[in-house]
Amino acid sequence: MNMREITYRQALNEALTEELARDPNVFLMGEEVAEYKGAYKVSQGLLERFGPKRIIDTPISENGFAGLGVGAAMVGLRPIIEFMTFSFSFVAFDQVVNNAPNMLTMSGGQFNIPITFRGPNGPAHQLGATHSHATECLYANVPGLKVCTPATPRDAKGLLKTAVRDNNPVLVLESELLYSSKGMIEPAEMELLIPLGQAEIKREGSDVTIVCYAQTVALALAVAEKFEDEDISAEVLDLRSIKPLDERAIYDSVAKTHRVVIVEQDRPFCGVGAEVCYRIQKNIFDELDAPIGRVSQEDVPMPYNERLEKAVLPNEEKLIAAVKKVCYA
Amino acid sequence: MQPAEQRDEVEMLWLMLLIRRFEERASQQYQAQKIGGFCHLYIGQEAVVTGAIAAIRFDDYIITAYRDHAHALARGTSANACMAELFGKDTGCSRGLGGSMHFFDKEHHMYGGHAIVGAHVPLACGLAFACKYRNEDRVTLCFFGDGAINQGSFHEALNLAALFKLPVIFICENNLFAMGTSVERSTSLKQIVDRAEGYDIPGCVVDGMNFRHVRDTLSEVVESIRKDPHPAFVEARTYRYRGHSMSDPASYRTKDQLEKYRLDDPITRLRAQLTREGKLTNEKFDELDKEAKQIALESVKFAEQSDEPPLEKLYDYTYANSGVEAGVSPATKDSAADTAAATK
Ligand SMILES: Cc1ncc(C[n+]2csc(CCOP(=O)(O)OP(=O)(O)O)c2C)c(N)n1
Ligand SMILES: [Mg+2]
Repeated sequence: MNMREITYRQALNEALTEELARDPNVFLMGEEVAEYKGAYKVSQGLLERFGPKRIIDTPISENGFAGLGVGAAMVGLRPIIEFMTFSFSFVAFDQVVNNAPNMLTMSGGQFNIPITFRGPNGPAHQLGATHSHATECLYANVPGLKVCTPATPRDAKGLLKTAVRDNNPVLVLESELLYSSKGMIEPAEMELLIPLGQAEIKREGSDVTIVCYAQTVALALAVAEKFEDEDISAEVLDLRSIKPLDERAIYDSVAKTHRVVIVEQDRPFCGVGAEVCYRIQKNIFDELDAPIGRVSQEDVPMPYNERLEKAVLPNEEKLIAAVKKVCYA
Repeated sequence: MQPAEQRDEVEMLWLMLLIRRFEERASQQYQAQKIGGFCHLYIGQEAVVTGAIAAIRFDDYIITAYRDHAHALARGTSANACMAELFGKDTGCSRGLGGSMHFFDKEHHMYGGHAIVGAHVPLACGLAFACKYRNEDRVTLCFFGDGAINQGSFHEALNLAALFKLPVIFICENNLFAMGTSVERSTSLKQIVDRAEGYDIPGCVVDGMNFRHVRDTLSEVVESIRKDPHPAFVEARTYRYRGHSMSDPASYRTKDQLEKYRLDDPITRLRAQLTREGKLTNEKFDELDKEAKQIALESVKFAEQSDEPPLEKLYDYTYANSGVEAGVSPATKDSAADTAAATK
């Protein structure tokens, strides 16, 4: 098989193109998605190919068009709703959190909502407090929503395609900082579907497991490499989906390494790491040789200043310290 | 600072020049990567904020969106504090924590710099509500773009303002585009000002490239609100010369359109008006411009030389001092005792 190298942005574009071509019920709607080709150029070429009926620019009305998506999904369309960033999804919070995930239960199973909400999520670079939210923990907290966080072009394509086909509301949380990153992927003509709820070992190791996702995967890989020189073999486990969570993969890895550090891009309080940590100690406590380590953002609104922003975010230094601590190194 | 009524037009021309020269410097510093994040320039729209400021008192309130450098400068925030904010320095108007989109200056009654489109429109109602609540005759000016009028928060705010008769002026800076989306592609109405009618709020259109038109219209509106509090809506027709933000090449619009507005430049226009009336000489204009350029240049030096916000202060602004006496309050103490007793 001839693997090829593409960007994360291209991968998403391929996923959108393929799903739009496959199913006429699929449409893409959001701010600047059509004529501007997406604020981050993810929807390049889609308007030309699929036309304005299916690639739809909206006014700045997140609550309105997210709700329109939910309504359309009630009667069988499969909307892909783009948030220019997930920081703006808060304007549509009621639709994403109340309408989309509750409908199936409230209607006694009559109305499932096959909708995809996608767009960049998490801090980018110096965008300040309003524009830097990592929303995965908020949305993963809501029963009825599925949340995935692709870190590589391959995962971005495979997960987005799966999300569009899923009969439930799925959030595909992309990352502005990853759009231009490159990675290997199957040939274009091969169908690539990556199931939700399937983590992936991005690097094998035997001494410590670093659980990561989205923007923290590259960080974990870089740190794992550094530890090679110190004879600490780190396994890098990319969750890929936050919900459903691949507990099996986590336990298998921890049962092998007996030490674990979680590095998340969101905030510590009630964050993704807290949930993963609870499950590990509850289910395989005896496998642990050290307390679980965690690196996340500082618990503050994001400062604009570059140096302070760096201090808030997870970084190599913090992750190295956390790994050393659980390895008693 | 002079009360607005007495501020002369030459001074206001100087303010427009300061705003423009400041932003030209900011643009240059952004390109030199001294400024991070998003940065939206106001160049071309200067007559709107200066005209509006010339119509109010210093103790009136203003609030705006993320294209906010001009609003702070117009209010009296120093160029130094503005540039330092862009540089993320401790001496910035938001201590380097807010950045370009989040300028705040309590002392000058500038209530932000808000980066979520439409989110600050209800805040303006709150400011105005507080003024009315306290029987003050201040007005609140709320600036926002043509893109904001399709947010739910905008509609809810207008209804509240009308219902509660709040002393707030909604000023829509219609520069024809919200990012790459033209008003015709975003808004169901032919005229933005017609939105106000649906809420029974009096509305008018001003030429946002004409300082005097903005000032005179706003002055009338302000006077009527001071007598009897009520909301008003002003659509200012204007244009931004630059892209939406520093990273936008603005390929969705034509050169001709840009040229048309450039020919109608607000600074050139006021200069011509004043010159014609014998209130301004070319020498005086050059002097004003030189001064504005100098202040902008100095602000860069000031920003460069300022300190970064200290790392130790990272947690200082997450919560305000609770204002509640430390220790367990009597009520909690009692209930703690109850619990202890109950578990015995
Ligand atoms: C809720 C929300 N959605 C989207 C954005 C992204 N965004 C920032 S500015 C902008 C365009 C706003 O245009 P307009 O209101 O006309 O103001 P202008 O930029 O022309 O001053 C958009 C879509 C945002 N900041 N907030
Ligand atoms: Mg606009």
